[in-house]
Amino acid sequence: MIRFRLERRIDPPRYLSWAVPVASVVLALVASGLLLLAFGANPIDTFAAMWDGAFGDIFGGEVYSVSETLVRATPLMLTGLAVAVAFKMKFWNIGAEGQLVMGGIAASAVALFLPDAAPWIPQTLVVYGLIMGGAAILAGALWALIPALLKAYLNVSEIIVTLMLNYIAILWYSQLFTTSWKDPEGLGFPGSALFPEFTWLPRFSNTRVNVALLVGLVAAVGVWVLFAKTRAGYEIRLLGDNPEAARFAGVSVFRNILLVMLISGGLAGLAGMGEVAGISHKLQQGLSANNGFTAIIVAWVAKLQPWAIVLVSILLAAVFVGGDQIQMTMGLPASVAQVVQGVMLFFVLGGDIFSQYRIRVSRERGEVMA
Amino acid sequence: MTSEPEGGEVAVAIRGLTKRFPGVIANENVDLTVRRGEIHALLGENGAGKSTLMSCLVGLYRPTEGHIELATGGKPLQKVDIHSPRAAIRLGIGMVYQHFKLVPNQTVAENVILGVEGVGFIPNMKAVETEVAALGERFGLRVDPTAEIWQLSVGLRQRVEILKLLYRGAEILILDEPTAVLTPQESAELGATLRHLANDGRAVVFISHKLDEVLAFSDRVTVLRAGKNVATLDTKDATKAGLAKLMVGREVLFTSDREDQEPGPVVLDCAAISANDGRGLPAIEDLSFVVRSGEILGVAGVAGNGQFELAECVTGLRSLTAGRILLHGDDMGGLSPRGFIRHGVSHVPADRLGMGLAGGLPLSDNFIMKRYTSAPIASGRFLRKRAITELSTEYIEKFSVSTPSAATPARNLSGGNQQKAILAREIDAGTKSGVTPLIVAAYPTRGLDVGAIEAVREALLAERRRGAAIMLISEDLDELFVLSDRVMVLHGGVNMGIVDAAGVTKERIGLMMAGELAAK
Repeated sequence: MIRFRLERRIDPPRYLSWAVPVASVVLALVASGLLLLAFGANPIDTFAAMWDGAFGDIFGGEVYSVSETLVRATPLMLTGLAVAVAFKMKFWNIGAEGQLVMGGIAASAVALFLPDAAPWIPQTLVVYGLIMGGAAILAGALWALIPALLKAYLNVSEIIVTLMLNYIAILWYSQLFTTSWKDPEGLGFPGSALFPEFTWLPRFSNTRVNVALLVGLVAAVGVWVLFAKTRAGYEIRLLGDNPEAARFAGVSVFRNILLVMLISGGLAGLAGMGEVAGISHKLQQGLSANNGFTAIIVAWVAKLQPWAIVLVSILLAAVFVGGDQIQMTMGLPASVAQVVQGVMLFFVLGGDIFSQYRIRVSRERGEVMA
Repeated sequence: MTSEPEGGEVAVAIRGLTKRFPGVIANENVDLTVRRGEIHALLGENGAGKSTLMSCLVGLYRPTEGHIELATGGKPLQKVDIHSPRAAIRLGIGMVYQHFKLVPNQTVAENVILGVEGVGFIPNMKAVETEVAALGERFGLRVDPTAEIWQLSVGLRQRVEILKLLYRGAEILILDEPTAVLTPQESAELGATLRHLANDGRAVVFISHKLDEVLAFSDRVTVLRAGKNVATLDTKDATKAGLAKLMVGREVLFTSDREDQEPGPVVLDCAAISANDGRGLPAIEDLSFVVRSGEILGVAGVAGNGQFELAECVTGLRSLTAGRILLHGDDMGGLSPRGFIRHGVSHVPADRLGMGLAGGLPLSDNFIMKRYTSAPIASGRFLRKRAITELSTEYIEKFSVSTPSAATPARNLSGGNQQKAILAREIDAGTKSGVTPLIVAAYPTRGLDVGAIEAVREALLAERRRGAAIMLISEDLDELFVLSDRVMVLHGGVNMGIVDAAGVTKERIGLMMAGELAAK
């Protein structure tokens, strides 16, 4: 009988850091290819369609497809960074979705009501962009402050509180665009009025990619600097690794919980602003698209590294966009696309174990071999 | 020098075992036989390969070369392949690990049957409890089988671990540094239990680096150094100095050169301080004492008599319920741990990886723990990488911390090197504070090997010479006598008296520790 054992790698070789992901993707393609065959679809054609949807003829200078992937990646990037900051301290912020939605609501409120309420404010993109950004950061941060305060003062589990606050935020936002802020001239369709044009985030040429992507990249640099270079980042890492050692070193747990959740909630809030001011230009269905939850996968696959979060959010977005594409061009049901996406995630997440463990194959010869 | 077994029947024979890891030879051509009815000590410094060797025996690792022969389950000695921990259990080998593997919110009986093969889906707990109680009675391992683990002291938890092995019918019991977590009394009880087990015809192996215990408990002792078996001898032929020399490879001095010196001004002045423990019950009551510059105040007491809380109080980690603490004449009331750090307080905590180090972070991050808020490590809100590198190099060299690099996670270092790293950081933080430092060292040599103990003691004495005020908490009376100028004895959180270390006997301190003879 042949036995398989996992043995921890004591000194993982360097090449594994790229060999394992590459092998995972290859295996994912093979496995989902077999699944597609079972569904009666041609795997080669399907993957070609996925590639086409996610990246298109990128080498031929066609940018539309890849731009849609980047649009999809933007909120994942910001929320991925948001949860990574909290996870570094082992503060389990499951509430990026709610914080994103609150940011979107705040930015919408500014765009919809501030021009009438305060007409003396210059109605230019820069001024409104900054106000909306500030409002979104503030809203996301305040929403994150609730679990932070409960944790800091009463040691209430942040997992439950952040998770529950998501549903409050999402329901409130649904109420707003279907009732309170519904556009009376919207022909009965749910959604707010269109924002004034000076609040629209600038786009790159004729794609939907907008400034929010740059905000995401800047945020990645910021998070990297925070953890690699600053005292605050050091304190957060210390708290994440060993809270007792942090207390011993004189680190204030209380202050850092608040700081981390303000940063985390603020980044998620910015993601919400990017969605309303950069893409939809109104508050409508689709702001809550589970980005805040998918962000947890992004952060985890990226091992909380800011640069890896940028990369992983783009790759994951490509899988999503490509998956949508095969529904359209291959006529496959939506569930098949989701199965393919799931298989890919499974292999990439599951493959990670092989960078830390090796498989030992041994033949069992009975316990006693006299 | 290897003595072949004469008396009892051989239970285990390890033949020419070599275990290689990438780049490291953990064990090299080791021969070892253990007989039934004997307590066999496995002695060696940290990193000498004791744990690796035993891990091969319990199926956690497989030998690269060599093989193992067993005579268990009534079979004659024969070659075996121990491919997994489960196989080891089936073959009658069991191990008590240094870090217990118990489920805190399950009962003793539930823990005992956890993972046992052949237990029904709904186990008959009454029968198990009766059996566990009977086993406990037989081997002097009395524990209430219905108690939940979290309610038990460390000593009782260890008993549960041993009961687990007995319940599984282990004939060969291996204990990894079993006394590291025990009080002297609990250690003595454990010694009696091990004798019980040996007399019952089982083979007992205990891993240790404490020479006194090895001499007190074992019948034979095998010394490992750098992965090789350097000697196996009968304990009755062994001496402490001889074993230490085999273990370290050179002569070891057991006395430290503590010169007499006049203590200077008072650094720490505690006036009638009281504090509660983690559960809100009084832990120390009405303690008054001073520690002067250039002296070491020893704090003796059985573990759990308020020493832990006292250390936390004088380092600002625990708030007082009464009394006040003066440092250099300043009232420290209401100050944060960082305020204490700024007043020159260094702390070598009892629990190295629990409090002293962030195990998952690089050594360099651990080095800056006390210094990261001020220049040269900090520059405004930022950290200066070059300064961190310089500091790490300095510490590693000055305290000869053995580590692949400053980027190695602290957890990967041996216990002795972890302690050296903490000492480097704490002594330096005290020195750089600008005032006469107060060093609070709790059990600084616990779990360390002979070489590292020497280094730690030397470092503390060097600081004493330089004028530091030192409070040394230890349960090792020999250590207290070697290092301290005066000794304070705690019992039930109350000061039983402060005596000159030079003018007192161990017996008298022992009585004070028992609380019977309070020197009032």
